[in-house]
Amino acid sequence: MFDQTETSPRFYLTREYHPENGTLFGFWLYLMSDCLVFACLFAVYAVLGRNYAGGPSGSQIFELPLVAVNTSLLLLSSITYGFAMLEMQRNRLPATLAWLAVTGTLGAGFIGIELHEFAHLIQDGAGPQRSAFLSSFFTLVGTHGLHVSCGLVWLATLMVQSAKRGLSPENRRRLLCLSMFWHFLDVVWIGVFSFVYLMGVLP
Amino acid sequence: MTTHAEQGATHFTLPGYVTGFLLAVVLTAIPFWLVMSRQLPGANVTSIVILAFAAVQVVVHMVYFLHMDARSEGGWNLLALLFTVMLVVIALSGSLWVMYHLNHNMMVPSMHDMSNMP
Repeated sequence: MFDQTETSPRFYLTREYHPENGTLFGFWLYLMSDCLVFACLFAVYAVLGRNYAGGPSGSQIFELPLVAVNTSLLLLSSITYGFAMLEMQRNRLPATLAWLAVTGTLGAGFIGIELHEFAHLIQDGAGPQRSAFLSSFFTLVGTHGLHVSCGLVWLATLMVQSAKRGLSPENRRRLLCLSMFWHFLDVVWIGVFSFVYLMGVLP
Repeated sequence: MTTHAEQGATHFTLPGYVTGFLLAVVLTAIPFWLVMSRQLPGANVTSIVILAFAAVQVVVHMVYFLHMDARSEGGWNLLALLFTVMLVVIALSGSLWVMYHLNHNMMVPSMHDMSNMP
């Protein structure tokens, strides 16, 4: 095909890409960079995870039933956040807030169990300073827990904002960003329970 | 009323979330059951199976919860994700590879090896 009006062929897009919703794409890029943070912490754990320095090993300190409860809490909170988004699409504010409250409760339960586990480990002398394995374990799992805690604060803030101002376009956008954040943390947790806990108790 | 663009490109559906949730439950329960009831013979086999289930579950979460597809944000979401996956693979496999060889080469030689040294 030869266009008479063109003097020379062009090998680039003549129109720039403008996303429909720049905030969501930007937030996705933030999540991808956060993913790299976790990749580094996973790499540290992968390298140091078997250096016990004469201290306890994973099979001695990990309580899998507790981890299973934690995993179910986080997975349930993922789908309840999904239900909140479905209610938001239907413009039902009370139902949205109710599902968000359920999500927050499940997330708080997750953090509670994790803090209980950490306190138990430190009490037993298996704190982060005991061995390279425990340092990398506390850093990786603690960073994930810190993210979930920040998510809980964000969730509470958005619930107050939505209750006061309603499901305005701004609040919808914020709730969508938090939904991506929340589901992303559940994805990271898949890596944590598989790689750290399940593989950690293997001989 | 809000426009379609304000709600994000994807329209969320109940069957989508429920399908994703059920798949995630199955993909979580099987590795936990395998490890807790010690079903598989070796630690290596079990590790590979656990990682395979984890990889599949990550994809399930991406598709059903994070609504990833090749069309969202004109394909830029997927492009950013693929680039991140590449960096993650390089970081993880590179660290393990380098540190494995470092450990191997830094191992304290046994008395037998020492006596054979020039």
